[in-house]
Amino acid sequence: MLKRKRFIFAILAILPTLAIFAYVRLYPIADTLRLSLFKWDILSKRKPFIGLANFRELMGDHLFLDALVNTTIIAFGVLFLTIPMALVIAALIFHRTRSRMAGFYETAVFIPHVVSLVPAAMAWKWIFDARLGPLNALLTFFGIPAQNWLFDPVLSVICIIVLCSWQALGYAVLIYIVGFKNLPVSLYEAAKLDGASGPQSFWHLSIPMLKPITLYVSVVTLVSGFNVYAQAFVLASDAQGAPGRQVRVLVLDMLENSFRNYRVGYAASEAVVLLVIVLVLTLIQFSMLRERSKA
Amino acid sequence: MTTDIATIHVEPTPDELAEGRRLRRRKRLTNLAIDAFLIVVSLLMLLPLVFLVANAFKTPAEMLAWPPTIIPRDPTLENFSAVLGETPLLRWIGNSLAFAILSTLAIVATSAIAGYIFGKFRFGTLNVIFALFLATAIVPFEVYMIPLYFQAKSLGILNSVWGLLLGYLVMSFGIFLIRQNVIHSIPDELLEAARIDGAGEFWIFLHIVLPLLRGALGALAVLAFFQAWTAFAWPMIVATTRTSYTIEVGLALFQTGFTVDLGRLSAASATVLIPSILLFVILRRNFVQGVASTGLKE
Repeated sequence: MLKRKRFIFAILAILPTLAIFAYVRLYPIADTLRLSLFKWDILSKRKPFIGLANFRELMGDHLFLDALVNTTIIAFGVLFLTIPMALVIAALIFHRTRSRMAGFYETAVFIPHVVSLVPAAMAWKWIFDARLGPLNALLTFFGIPAQNWLFDPVLSVICIIVLCSWQALGYAVLIYIVGFKNLPVSLYEAAKLDGASGPQSFWHLSIPMLKPITLYVSVVTLVSGFNVYAQAFVLASDAQGAPGRQVRVLVLDMLENSFRNYRVGYAASEAVVLLVIVLVLTLIQFSMLRERSKA
Repeated sequence: MTTDIATIHVEPTPDELAEGRRLRRRKRLTNLAIDAFLIVVSLLMLLPLVFLVANAFKTPAEMLAWPPTIIPRDPTLENFSAVLGETPLLRWIGNSLAFAILSTLAIVATSAIAGYIFGKFRFGTLNVIFALFLATAIVPFEVYMIPLYFQAKSLGILNSVWGLLLGYLVMSFGIFLIRQNVIHSIPDELLEAARIDGAGEFWIFLHIVLPLLRGALGALAVLAFFQAWTAFAWPMIVATTRTSYTIEVGLALFQTGFTVDLGRLSAASATVLIPSILLFVILRRNFVQGVASTGLKE
């Protein structure tokens, strides 16, 4: 009787949240999957089922493939720039935990992660600006020719990677610091007694022991890298009549197909590709973790 | 006892003392080098934002100066008044604030209730529902935002705070975070004792559970607020009229205008940045606690 009453309370209490969740999460996710199999255009009345035709078309779509390549380069570029730097910075901040400056270091590194995207991107846009930017001024000061950062097809991708890494670094550092705090102190003391130097115990102890954290941070960084949009949007749009080169990324291509070309079904199939990428990355993380715990 | 120790104690030789001094000095030097490195890294991380704020107060002429000045030689508020005259900047900030506060309230409320139920009520049905919540947590928002847009459209709430809110009502991670906290910090005995005393389930939640979850809910609230405050893709498609823009969308579109100059852009950006940085510095502990717990998922 009592148990039954508690069960009813639990169900009643969870119901509103569950209803909201079903409406704003489950339904749109299912709808994305459904739409991706239809020729669902806003303009045409007939919206027939076309199976995997959208996906087949994607494989030959230059704009989409361009976006896929750019996004992949950006995601992995951010990963390879962020993880090693974050690991070193976190180790050093952790080493200086007891100093008065530790709070300042943590805050300074983390602030780029919390500030609004657009203003922060604006700051970098000025830095990269070919005519007015301090980066080119600095380069010419050292006798290196000025670069057209935001227009060059390769450099504009690098600019986005730098901007995204600057934002991603703080999160990775913070998670690593938590990881360092959870490592057993006794192990380090033992290593010290055996004559290991700081860099040695960092290389042979910390890095292997932090592997689960590295996996987690890598997947989070990659997933957010694959969802890059605002950064590309801001760096490409024009200030003072000087537009940057539009770096096509997946989300941008998706939104263009949906809201400019009105091809919603086709855009949904792109969303499904994005979902598959994220799922694969997550599966890799879990299987590597399981392998580790077995060993 | 003390005499025993005294007899065991061996006087260090002068060589050993010198070795100790040398090691201590080396350690101090290493720490000094590390501090120097970390200070440089910290300043480099902040530099773009410092420049942005500095640029906001510069005259067009000083903006072109090399090397760029950090403290404007002849500070002006001209850029700010120009931006406020040209754009409904305050309106955009208001929209963002309303959106972020409502989203925070919704996420905190749903997470508190759902986290408590999932943490303390062990029924098979609930476990299935919880697995569902967790499974969708890895799906990025960008994947399902287009169907969600059409839902907002059919509800007739495009270009309003309610439309923005639709995408940010629940947070799977929030439910998970609160559930973890409920399991670890609320003993079953406490709830049983209250039940024996005749307290109703709702009363228990309100007067026993919620106060114990204050810390975790605070951390979640800060996370949720900043998540909505910095949202971009969703507001970009949902709010498409000049009066309904959030500050992020407003700024991003404002800078595409041909007549806009860097001083004004910087002024608009600084107006948004400064309060959010201040808010972050004040709430840093909450925030760090919340973010740190995201890493402990596994």
